[in-house]
Amino acid sequence: MDTSFFFTQLISGLTIATLLFLVASGLTLIFGVGNVFNFAHGSFYMLGAYFGYQFSAVWGSNFFLTLVMTGICAGLIGMVVEFLFLRRIYGRANEGGFQILLTYCLILIIDDLVKLIWGAEYKSLARPAGFDGAVQLGDIFIPAYNLLIIGVGLMAVILAWLILSRTRAGRVARASAVDREIVSVLGVNVPMTMTLVFGIATALGGMAGTLAAPMRTVTPGAGIEVIIDSLIVVVIGGMGNFWGAWLGAILIGEVVAFGVAFVPKWATLFSFLILVIVLVFKPEGLFSARRTR
Amino acid sequence: MLEKITRRLIPASPFGLLVLIFAMVPVITNSPYKLNVASHILVWGLFAVSFNMLWGITGMLSFGQALYYGLGAYSVGLMVEYLGSTWFLPALAAGLLMAFVLSFLLGLLVIRVGGVYFTMLTLAFAQLAWQITFKWYDFTGGDDGIQGIIPPGILQNRIVYYYFVLLLVFLSIWTLKRMAYSPFGMILRCIQQNPERIRFLGRRVRRNQLRIYMISSFFAALAGGMMAGVDSSIHTDMLLWTTSGEAILMSVLGGISQFFGPFFGAAVFILLEDNIGAVTEYWPLIIGSVMLFMVIIFPKGIVGEALGLKVRFGKTGTGRSS
Repeated sequence: MDTSFFFTQLISGLTIATLLFLVASGLTLIFGVGNVFNFAHGSFYMLGAYFGYQFSAVWGSNFFLTLVMTGICAGLIGMVVEFLFLRRIYGRANEGGFQILLTYCLILIIDDLVKLIWGAEYKSLARPAGFDGAVQLGDIFIPAYNLLIIGVGLMAVILAWLILSRTRAGRVARASAVDREIVSVLGVNVPMTMTLVFGIATALGGMAGTLAAPMRTVTPGAGIEVIIDSLIVVVIGGMGNFWGAWLGAILIGEVVAFGVAFVPKWATLFSFLILVIVLVFKPEGLFSARRTR
Repeated sequence: MLEKITRRLIPASPFGLLVLIFAMVPVITNSPYKLNVASHILVWGLFAVSFNMLWGITGMLSFGQALYYGLGAYSVGLMVEYLGSTWFLPALAAGLLMAFVLSFLLGLLVIRVGGVYFTMLTLAFAQLAWQITFKWYDFTGGDDGIQGIIPPGILQNRIVYYYFVLLLVFLSIWTLKRMAYSPFGMILRCIQQNPERIRFLGRRVRRNQLRIYMISSFFAALAGGMMAGVDSSIHTDMLLWTTSGEAILMSVLGGISQFFGPFFGAAVFILLEDNIGAVTEYWPLIIGSVMLFMVIIFPKGIVGEALGLKVRFGKTGTGRSS
């Protein structure tokens, strides 16, 4: 295998991994803090792609402004959804099942709304000016847009991580994850915290959608593939493990990237293969110290 | 004596009433379309009830029962396509056998992780099967599916096939009902309530979970296999995640805490789909919104809420509502 091919695939894998991690980290975040499983998280990714198309391709807005706007819109919609619907089933018996069911209904609704607004046909988004070419490193050409994704993704994730670990709001969020009651007795508005966390997570998912839009086609129903991929990432990395999910995303991203190069038709099956192998030998995830019973 | 016989013959249970209603359908109407709708209700009813043995009874929400439903359907479809229609019944049996083996192997994997991860892994494996079926065009017909799956001999008659489906569905539901109210069924309910305690009492939680996962998958495959004959066709959508999702929606619509809830849910769902689907293509938007409010306001489902009302207004006094 010659080196330039190897590096091209390596970067491509990192790009996939970054997008996956942006979605997966949002998923882990709300699961970790609120014990809520948002099955519709992929739909926010899809919404992000459509917002990107609307702002950038239709209204001609600057790509980076689009990215910020998408984040804000997806975050706001996420907060509204949490406030109107999810909040009502907290604490109910069999809550996990009803969460999945409720968010499943949201997938159906969002998918159909998107079809109503933008139509069922595929949409595409141009790469932003300045990032449509390739960067030359020695004799290797790397698409500039891939580097942009990796950069922006890293920044977003580091920012989210800093907020969670270094700010008061982050501490409150993590404390609510451990014991809601005590935190609320201390005078913190726990439901509001949960809504905010939900907003941050869906904003991350939406931005991932906008970032991915110029590389993939924008289509309704993209959400479900993304949610399954990011779930595989979360399970492989170890549940609720932020950095485990990161390593899991890189593993899946690289395997898919090299898989596409060698067996394009069946490349998507490799991530499942890895999942099965991990489940057989280490069901608690590769990077988790905690054993699941 | 006479009283004893009439009491036996006149169905007092919802089960007997259901059999009677569905047995009358070909007598009342000779419209092939209505017969088809009734067959759909029967097959989906079995699928939903078998699914609910996992969720409503044992508390394991599988989002991947479409895998076994599709396995049953593709087993029948592919064998009839490649070997001829005399293979219809052996193909049905083969599908059941494959579902049995596959659910054992996958069950060993997915039961090790609990809660939402169980849900998502079952979904992931079903999507894997969907992708393989979708891309393996030469063998499965890919997106085109396979049309013209005709049952052999006398089963070709529409009404005979309807009674064949009726017989299999109600035999299966009867078996499942016996199971749900047997000591095994009680253990399953206890697993949902308090798995820790079951472990202390010396029962193996995992083993019972694996058993019910295999049983549920077996009947899902049976439903899928029969559906191949009802519609004379199979298509990749049968394996798609929305198929699993519909079984979940039906169960909640009818009520997951009641054994027959999912069956009623299936009937209402299919009749709704039939009527709304004819008017608008945005059927998922409507059912999604309806179910959203259902989940928030009436989580017990139609049957559960109805029984709740019955208890409240004291018609029978004894409320076996939960």
